[in-house]
Amino acid sequence: MQWDIVIGLEIHVQLATKTKIFSGSSTAFGAEPNTQASAVDLAMPGTLPVPNEQAFRYAVMFGLAVNAEIGRRSVFDRKNYFYPDLPKGYQTTQLDHPIVGPGFVDIDLADGSTKRVRIHHAHLEEDAGKSLHEDFHGMTGIDLNRAGTPLIEVVTEPDMNSAEEAVAFAKKLHGLVSSLGICDGDMSQGSLRFDVNISLKPKGSDELGTRTETKNLNSFRFMEQAIAHEVERQMDILEDGGRIIQETRLYNGERDESRSMRSKEEANDYRYFPCPDLLPVVIDDEFIQSARDLLPELPDERKARFKEQYGLNDYDARLLSDDASMAAFFEETASHGKDAKLAANWVLGELSARLNAEDKTVAQAPITGTQLGQLVARIADNTVSSSGAKKVFEALWNGDGDNADAVIEAQGLKQVSDTGALEAMVDEVLAGMPDQVAQYQGEEDPKKRKKMLGGFMGPLMKASKGQGNPKLFNEILARKLGG
Amino acid sequence: MHNKSVAELSRDLESGKISSVELTREFLDRVKAEDQQYNSFITVTEDQAMADAKAADEQRAAGNATAWTGVPFAHKDLFCTKGVATTAGSKMLADFVPPYDATVTANFRDAGAVSLGKTNMDEFAMGSSNETSFFGAVTNPWGLSSGDKRVPGGSSGGSAAAIAARLVPAATATDTGGSIRLPAAFCGITGLKPTYGRVSRYGIIAFASSLDQGGTMARTAEDNALMLNVMAGFDPKDSTSVDRAVPDYTATLNEPLKGLRVGLPKEYFSDQLSPAMEQQVRNAVKEYEKLGATVKEVSLPHAKLAIAAYYVIAPAEASANLSRFDGVRYGYRCENPQDLHDLYTRTRGEGFGDEVKRRILVGTYALSAGYFDAYYLKAQKVRRLIQQDFINAFKEVDVLMSPVSPSPAFVQGANTSDPVTMYLEDIFTIAVNLAGVPAMSVPAGFVDGLPVGLQIIGNYFDEARLLNAAHQFQQVTDWHQKLPQ
Repeated sequence: MQWDIVIGLEIHVQLATKTKIFSGSSTAFGAEPNTQASAVDLAMPGTLPVPNEQAFRYAVMFGLAVNAEIGRRSVFDRKNYFYPDLPKGYQTTQLDHPIVGPGFVDIDLADGSTKRVRIHHAHLEEDAGKSLHEDFHGMTGIDLNRAGTPLIEVVTEPDMNSAEEAVAFAKKLHGLVSSLGICDGDMSQGSLRFDVNISLKPKGSDELGTRTETKNLNSFRFMEQAIAHEVERQMDILEDGGRIIQETRLYNGERDESRSMRSKEEANDYRYFPCPDLLPVVIDDEFIQSARDLLPELPDERKARFKEQYGLNDYDARLLSDDASMAAFFEETASHGKDAKLAANWVLGELSARLNAEDKTVAQAPITGTQLGQLVARIADNTVSSSGAKKVFEALWNGDGDNADAVIEAQGLKQVSDTGALEAMVDEVLAGMPDQVAQYQGEEDPKKRKKMLGGFMGPLMKASKGQGNPKLFNEILARKLGG
Repeated sequence: MHNKSVAELSRDLESGKISSVELTREFLDRVKAEDQQYNSFITVTEDQAMADAKAADEQRAAGNATAWTGVPFAHKDLFCTKGVATTAGSKMLADFVPPYDATVTANFRDAGAVSLGKTNMDEFAMGSSNETSFFGAVTNPWGLSSGDKRVPGGSSGGSAAAIAARLVPAATATDTGGSIRLPAAFCGITGLKPTYGRVSRYGIIAFASSLDQGGTMARTAEDNALMLNVMAGFDPKDSTSVDRAVPDYTATLNEPLKGLRVGLPKEYFSDQLSPAMEQQVRNAVKEYEKLGATVKEVSLPHAKLAIAAYYVIAPAEASANLSRFDGVRYGYRCENPQDLHDLYTRTRGEGFGDEVKRRILVGTYALSAGYFDAYYLKAQKVRRLIQQDFINAFKEVDVLMSPVSPSPAFVQGANTSDPVTMYLEDIFTIAVNLAGVPAMSVPAGFVDGLPVGLQIIGNYFDEARLLNAAHQFQQVTDWHQKLPQ
């Protein structure tokens, strides 16, 4: 049978506020356990939450960026369950009156099409602490530094139909919250965590199948693998005539396997009710405007500007605009590189390939946009050939040299563009290859002639020790050989 | 000295008639000598009190005294006190020493008042008789001559008994459903539950957050005013506290009552009220008429629904508020837990008393899937109707007057087997908490040698008017001056 895949996402986004959502403790990552946990975070008796205005502003900024309605009356609820890293025995979250209402995000797909993914809502809540099971023999350590870190949980409609779409959405969202500056975007530290809801239904059917939720995916790659894994698992069950059980599953990316965490029957009754320690927060026009004033250029706006300002095609413009730090790197490269399209090619080509190969983010690149831009400028003005440029890139990446000019100089990669010298080399090479010259001149088909022209390049480059300007060689060759 | 009011002691300290060290010594000696029979204190902080008294005397000598500098008092053991055990009357927190002060505690400290310690209370403020305390029941100083030990009312029974027994001239208290007014009435003292949001809840161990309110207890209305001056005000640490100017509550105590419009809610003069109690309350109202007040009957039509709504909302909130007592970070932890589940169930099973467990169970049930709408949501709707009753009544009158309780202090153990009978002790006080309005209990006579309280209910933030009405009544009556025995 043919199946339709139906995917909805829930994304926990840690907000980059300096302090926690209901206390004045720092949210900085990596401190000694429990050094950033105040009496409020420890849920000491008698302590009370005080909302952090900045968390609300960030949430509203997110809402505006996803074209959403802002909840004018934002209410906090208590979600009750016992767990050692949940100090109060309830999580303060939002159920019926979230701060961000329905909205949408448009994603670009590889085939060039665009798809709209609807946002059901996004709500503010506090993060829990961490349980550390490894380091304490037979016991569990509790670190409450993270407890109370503000989150927005973004819930989509089940609008995605493939792993590709889900990952495209996830990347788009990642770019969006990073561009907004409301999240540091560092997935390795759990700043964004994805839960994926997946169900299958017979192709074309209107009725949704039973879904499972795979929790806490913290990389795009794991997310893609987890979806593929779960789709296959469900398909096997359904094709064998089985039934999908509504459950929460955990995916192990290292082993590419998943296991059931709890079924619907085992699910907690969270006994939500409005938190009596927090009054409803009224979001007025003035507050929304103050958030709007803080909105930076968003990826979709940036993409349009890149096409306009740099003459990039749609595909390149999207790849360069989705992620704020990638976009900034490109603009720095382009500003020094004289040729924006060439700068785009280098950022998306050599740089991206190298980042992928070494599993680095653009922020971790050992080369700066300025350095790459200076190199691009030397390619554009023919100082260095593209093959020479790769050597320069390699040197800059490895820290062998401060800038392109110094590397070109040190490695003798400067391209010879003196037409007199190049003409002498052409004459010499052609003189040594009379048969090939005759063959070329006898050929009528321009395609074949072009190909044969390439046959002279190898010896020419060899003669110039790789430093002859290939473009000029081509021009001279064409002239000498007659057309 | 120990029969004097805070206002009088403050004047004696200012005139140099007595020092805080002498005064504090006298009260501490009384606590030592007398409190075995009342059990009104859980913790007595003798050394700290004497050190504070010495500092207060120096402060006064330096010319930096407030009305409270050097005046002894006590805190209900629900207010967190930095460095001093704060138990909430529970085994769960028997050894808990908070590293912070409640805002109210800090305010009294800043004012120079000298705390003698922490007073007994029903466990987590859940009770009407002060019999649910892990530290034992409190005995009412009144009625001992009959040979019976009577309850002081709850949950602030330790504060009320200590004041009635002249062990302290004043004490803090809290009121979620009547926990200031009932003990004040049973012990023949004066107590005020302020408007919800008037006094910061920060550092007061939560029972039911939307109902809890810190308040005052002393013998006179004037002393209650002096206390509220210290306690009231917006607190950035409590987002439910209200940012509204705090008047000097003593400034209007002597306003004449001529023209005061008094309403008597007919639902509060019902069959449950004993005829002898009713007579005392009506006599008190007559005194107000003599003072120039006009009296009319009014109606709070939804009054009879208050207890039912309260016993859904308060336990629901409590069930979540008390989840933090899990044996993980502080407080009681069971011995040798086998696993996480065992840690939770035994810690909570062993650490909480029966009444607390009963309310956690009731609250958990009321919030459960399938019951939430029928209980919690319905109770919230009733709460709004009750609020509206008060809003409507205050369009016609300035204050409402009623009994505090259907009958005077009962004998210990009389109601412990039947929680519903116990809950009905709060039948006249609970609606006030659901509405959030302020109310007082003022001594207004005796029945069978036991004190009777007059409840005066005011409009939102009208504490000054309540204190004025109570003070004027105390200028023409001496019920508040009567001594037990």
